[in-house]
Amino acid sequence: MEGAALLGRLTWQFGDVVDLVEETAHVKTLVLDVPAWPGHRAGQHVDVRLTAEDGYQAERSYSIASAPSGTGLELTVERLDDGEVSPYLTDELRPGDKLELRGPVGGYFVWEPSVGGPVLLVGGGSGAVPLMAMIRERAAAGSDVDMRLLLSSRGWEEIVYRDELARLTGDGLVVVHTLTRSQPDGWSGYARRVDSEMLAQVGPAAKDQPHVYVCGPTPFVEAVANALVGVGHEPHEIKTERFGPTGG
Amino acid sequence: MDALMLDGNAVAGLLQEVFGAEMTTAIGTCAACGASAAVGAVHVFRGAGVVLRCPTCGRVLAKIVERRTQVCVDLSGLRALATDGVEGGELSL
Repeated sequence: MEGAALLGRLTWQFGDVVDLVEETAHVKTLVLDVPAWPGHRAGQHVDVRLTAEDGYQAERSYSIASAPSGTGLELTVERLDDGEVSPYLTDELRPGDKLELRGPVGGYFVWEPSVGGPVLLVGGGSGAVPLMAMIRERAAAGSDVDMRLLLSSRGWEEIVYRDELARLTGDGLVVVHTLTRSQPDGWSGYARRVDSEMLAQVGPAAKDQPHVYVCGPTPFVEAVANALVGVGHEPHEIKTERFGPTGG
Repeated sequence: MDALMLDGNAVAGLLQEVFGAEMTTAIGTCAACGASAAVGAVHVFRGAGVVLRCPTCGRVLAKIVERRTQVCVDLSGLRALATDGVEGGELSL
């Protein structure tokens, strides 16, 4: 085990903040360059550590949003008003700053083209982040795997990656939105929380044995996972990533 | 349902620090009910430490407490932890 332990050792390192992109009013993407980045797989995350002048440290885990690509790394962070870490990341961080992180970590909630399809992705709010890495990875690989994203957002302006998702739609990628709190005029899409009927309509059907990934706040993930089992999906084909009560 | 509940994914970094390998794809077997699950799928609760619970029966599989530079790990709720692709194979606990 000693050799494996050395191979698996995690080290903290610094990434350079290259850019900050506003995704929605509460969500920003941190574009980083991490010189010693070993590469990652879609769905993995990193641990981010902030250290105060008095030595106090706070650590959080953030999903990677970008497809694997050299030393570039993008994290999409939702600002939690009472958060200890996210307000610093979204409001204080500037290009040129350094950010301490370690990773990538995780290997369970991962999709890559070799996993194949069909694939069903179900996201709640910023739960879209690791699912977006999978969608970007699929696009980068030129894969035509049947992949469907059902994304639940509070309103049109709160859809993370809205324009990019629209651009990537087609060639086997289907994106379906449900807007749970407010809908723009003339909205003809879903306007309720994800339920069994919606999952059955979006598909793929359970009999096609899709790989299913669900990510979002814990109550969202619980409700979706139960609804999926209710329409016949096998529990072991449903991979979940719970954010806790309010998210990242 | 507890809104504070997380998955094993959330402690992937901590587990990798403890075990020296990626552990969320390892399969844990509950000593109480015998059910198996990927570590990434077990239920995780954070407090003064981290508690991993069996997603089938809810009993405690493992407890991990970080204390300054020390990490204390109690795996008494796990009958086995089978790693895939990690040298050493199955760890009998």
